[in-house]
Amino acid sequence: MDFSFYLIIIPKLLSGLPMTLQLTAISVSLGFILALTLALLLQTKQRLVTLPIRTFVAIFRGTPLLLQIFLIYYGLGQFRKDLQFVGLWGFFREPYWCAILALSLNTAAYGSEILRGAIKSVPKGLVEAARASGLSYYLTMRLVVLPIALRQAIPSYGNEIILMVKGTSLASVVTLMEVTGIAHGLISETYRAIEVFVCAGAIYLTINFLIIRGLAALEHRLSPPYLRKRT
Amino acid sequence: MKKTFNLIATLLALSVYQGAHAASNSITIATEGAYPPWNFTTSDGQLAGFEVDLAKVLCKKMAMDCTIIAQDWSGMIPALKAGKFDVIMAGMFITDKRLEVMSFSQPYAIDPSSFAVEKDSELAKSTDSEKVSLNDTEKAQAAIEKLRPLLKGKTVGVQASTTLYEFLKKYFGDDIKIRTYKTTEQRDLDLEAGRVDAIYGQRTVLAATLKNDGFQDFMIAGPGFYGGIFGRGVGAGVRKDDDKLREKLNSAIQSAIADGTIKQLSEKWMGVDITPGS
Repeated sequence: MDFSFYLIIIPKLLSGLPMTLQLTAISVSLGFILALTLALLLQTKQRLVTLPIRTFVAIFRGTPLLLQIFLIYYGLGQFRKDLQFVGLWGFFREPYWCAILALSLNTAAYGSEILRGAIKSVPKGLVEAARASGLSYYLTMRLVVLPIALRQAIPSYGNEIILMVKGTSLASVVTLMEVTGIAHGLISETYRAIEVFVCAGAIYLTINFLIIRGLAALEHRLSPPYLRKRT
Repeated sequence: MKKTFNLIATLLALSVYQGAHAASNSITIATEGAYPPWNFTTSDGQLAGFEVDLAKVLCKKMAMDCTIIAQDWSGMIPALKAGKFDVIMAGMFITDKRLEVMSFSQPYAIDPSSFAVEKDSELAKSTDSEKVSLNDTEKAQAAIEKLRPLLKGKTVGVQASTTLYEFLKKYFGDDIKIRTYKTTEQRDLDLEAGRVDAIYGQRTVLAATLKNDGFQDFMIAGPGFYGGIFGRGVGAGVRKDDDKLREKLNSAIQSAIADGTIKQLSEKWMGVDITPGS
């Protein structure tokens, strides 16, 4: 074991950490807002509303994330003139925003299904009781359904956030230097694939471990005492 | 359960089998398959290009059975070291840094590197296009200082994990923003889209790019750099301990240079002669 080599590559890999974290944080936040909006819109029975959403979800869940990043970055890059015409080129010119867009849309598609399921899992009796007590539909949603649904969604939404952390590793294909991109560069400089990938893997593992612990704490806090796991 | 064991055993056997050429008369040659006109994949999935043709010629001269496979550029040297194949022929420069971990045949081509830019950009108007050896420190320094103000603040695209990237980083790292791409194709797409102001590459490769639709308004600009950090030209990479194979490749390349095969193949694929010493 050559520890001095690890001491050289770890700081270099960590220099990609801010990019990885930024991409994750921004796309998970934007994705969550969009996912919640879509999940709520899916509560209506209006086909005019649900059909486009279902199509969007089907496309973004049914195709690889790598392909989506490629299409948004290199694909739309070929429509530069049209994008300039509508004033969107400034956005699509930057690999950073293209990656954020692809990651956000992807996680929104998965997230909306998670939240839709969570909303559906709230016992009907609770909703009926709330309505019978005179709460409006909006208030029932806000005060009864969503708090329970969001708490119940935490384990599966946690999965999705972890997938996003790992998904950011694809951003290097659009020239962004996050942890994996830097890892590839280091391998080509040192020709030592195992050590570099092990370190990169350890970085992702650490991020995800912290996220898992954070979400577990959040779930514990949001649960009423009788639902809390004894620790 | 037994089935699972069998499956695992088969997989293990397969993974051990790779690279077990040693005594036999067959070798596996890896190329990128995405670096036209040196090596690329045709629309029907076949490998083609200068190096693919050359590899076949060399194998004939060495009287060996060759399998030519495509391999991602960035993982090529680790894969060679791991014995996944025996030879790299992928437009790879023989550099001091690579010689620390692997071995090379003698060069089979010399190809200087330049920028490609839009025809009406500053860089296109005001530089000459002569060949400059980086070994000639004074002349090289002058050429680089002349380029520096023209490149200041520009974004330049280059393939990742290449000596071309190292060149940009070493000589222009403080002046330009470098974007790295997995393949030259992606680099070209971003030049066309206007996301980068210039791209940097081997001249023959840039020339092939500019022949494509959509690149009419672009041209090759600046001096053609070679030598120095670019090493001794393009050679066939082998493992460090594979002296026998290296010797064989050397004499085959020598013979291909002498009988004009390399000249003929390079003119066929690149329109110029890139034989070493030409």
